[in-house]
Amino acid sequence: MSSISSLRPRDDKATYMKINPKAKLSRKLFSKTIETAATRDGYGQGLVSLGEKNEKVVVLCADLTESTRCRHFAAKFPERFVEVGVAEQNLAGLASGLAMAGYIPFISSFAVFSPGRNWEQIRVSICYSNFNVKIVGSHAGISTGPDGATHQALEDIALMRVLPNMTVVAPADAIEARKATEEAAEKKGPVYLRLTRSESPVFTTAKTPFQIGRAEVLTFGNDVTIISCGPFVYLALRAAAALAKTYKIKAEVINCHTIKPLDIKTIVQSAGKTGAVVTVEEHQIGCGLGSAVAECLVENQPVPMRLVGMPDSFGESGEPDELLEKYGLTVERIVGAVLEIIDK
Amino acid sequence: MQEQITNIKKLNKIANNIRQNIITMLLKAGSGHSAGSLGLADVFTALYFNVLKHDPKRPNWQERDRVILSNGHICPVWYATLAQAGYFPKRELWTLRQLGSPLQGHPRYHSAPGIENTSGPLGQGISVAAGLAYAIHELQKSHENVFCVTSDGEHDEGQTWEAVMFAAKHKLPNLTVIIDRNNIQISGQTEQVMPLDSLKDKYQAFNWHVIEIDGHNMEEIIAALNKAKSIVERPVCVIANTIPGKGVDFMEYNYEWHGKAPNTEEAERALRQLSNLSSRTSV
Repeated sequence: MSSISSLRPRDDKATYMKINPKAKLSRKLFSKTIETAATRDGYGQGLVSLGEKNEKVVVLCADLTESTRCRHFAAKFPERFVEVGVAEQNLAGLASGLAMAGYIPFISSFAVFSPGRNWEQIRVSICYSNFNVKIVGSHAGISTGPDGATHQALEDIALMRVLPNMTVVAPADAIEARKATEEAAEKKGPVYLRLTRSESPVFTTAKTPFQIGRAEVLTFGNDVTIISCGPFVYLALRAAAALAKTYKIKAEVINCHTIKPLDIKTIVQSAGKTGAVVTVEEHQIGCGLGSAVAECLVENQPVPMRLVGMPDSFGESGEPDELLEKYGLTVERIVGAVLEIIDK
Repeated sequence: MQEQITNIKKLNKIANNIRQNIITMLLKAGSGHSAGSLGLADVFTALYFNVLKHDPKRPNWQERDRVILSNGHICPVWYATLAQAGYFPKRELWTLRQLGSPLQGHPRYHSAPGIENTSGPLGQGISVAAGLAYAIHELQKSHENVFCVTSDGEHDEGQTWEAVMFAAKHKLPNLTVIIDRNNIQISGQTEQVMPLDSLKDKYQAFNWHVIEIDGHNMEEIIAALNKAKSIVERPVCVIANTIPGKGVDFMEYNYEWHGKAPNTEEAERALRQLSNLSSRTSV
């Protein structure tokens, strides 16, 4: 299993960094011994737990049972697991029919295929009727690695957040992915869960607050707000540590796991306080988290912004670290973006 | 429960009435799809007045048979049939395609009682119907039937065949697909746009049971749909050979009427022809 070492801590503990005690982050936040796991693994665990407590949950997969971690659910609840073959359009349509009958289908594939290939089926057969279907796209981002650009979903947030009725969630680590999976089942209507392949630090804990639609302030700061989602939240935390250590800049890091509906209040409040916002995501800069935040701030609290993400480009084959480095998805880039927009 | 009508003349009269309502709906709407709507009036009449177990007064009755319409553009026939059966007042029909109407240009799930699914973009209905049939049969261990009405043209869509494979894999006993084999689609004859023949051989190769019928012969339609309910070894495909624009001579067989509504003069001619037919087949 490849892991993203640039998302690994390097003992850059920062005395100036003020962590929100209510966030209950891992005590090993910046320790080299912090655990790592992929968000898809949290999903796999969440499904099993859901299977036990909610008999309406059914899981459908398009021939990627192992890769999407549906196999645990499939082994334990074979009567509620449906293998549909390599047929993502049918995957979405079947889910619509199951939802009509009162079930809560989770449909799993790689994000490039679902919601990539079956976007229109999701729009018409799921979203328009506000059906209770959970679309789970794994292998999002270039950290998907050696499989190359064809398999690295960098447009999925855009595709999903533009749809009426849709909720979009990108969990920050495996623990949060598990919580998001379980909460998605409780939430009425369609939800998109964005998952990743590579292992990344598990920096939240069972006690870290999580609620779909509510962004969490992880560190307090007055100089700049750094907003991120998915495992890149950890990159944002490391950037905040570097900013504190090297520049004595206090950054407020927000885990904005829910891209839609956006937690406008938390974001506007923080931007109003810091006067500068940097967004960080493993997605095309266009139409992703950064755009969502920009849409929110331009109406409510215009401040200087920088958007860090994929620069309107496809990825390529390579190890996750090599790719993140090549495409500028690094702590250094985030620090640079912050320095560009704050008055220090 | 909807009373089952077995008198063929009565059923034909209902179908004719539905056709007349379709013409008036399309005239008032000023746009919409005439040919397919008229072509399927007999099939919809057979379903809602003879074959289905349903209750217009309880549209969400758990034990009802379901109709999923895949080729949503022919919804005027669905709406007219539902109104005829008493799901909603007939006056609603005259609001088709107008702002604020529950009767959207293409069907929207539950926008009016009896509308069981959203459709329009082609090729999705069999997937939805298969998911519903799977939920009923495999998960709820129940027996309600799901009838999915599709067009021949939408068999161009790859998703159709994904769903056909899925239904065969699970041998869904409660799923029947009805294909409106009228040989036209929006740009011309199906066999010129994208050859489909033989649909029968294709479905058989996919391990479905296939019944081919005259889609305007009420007795044949009813016999085929009842047979479909009784076949539990595999899903059933009923290929209903129909005449697009059936009942209106200048619309029949003419693909140009696929996506067109009649103007006042055309509607008057159409209604005259249909009411003449009706008086000839009166009970």
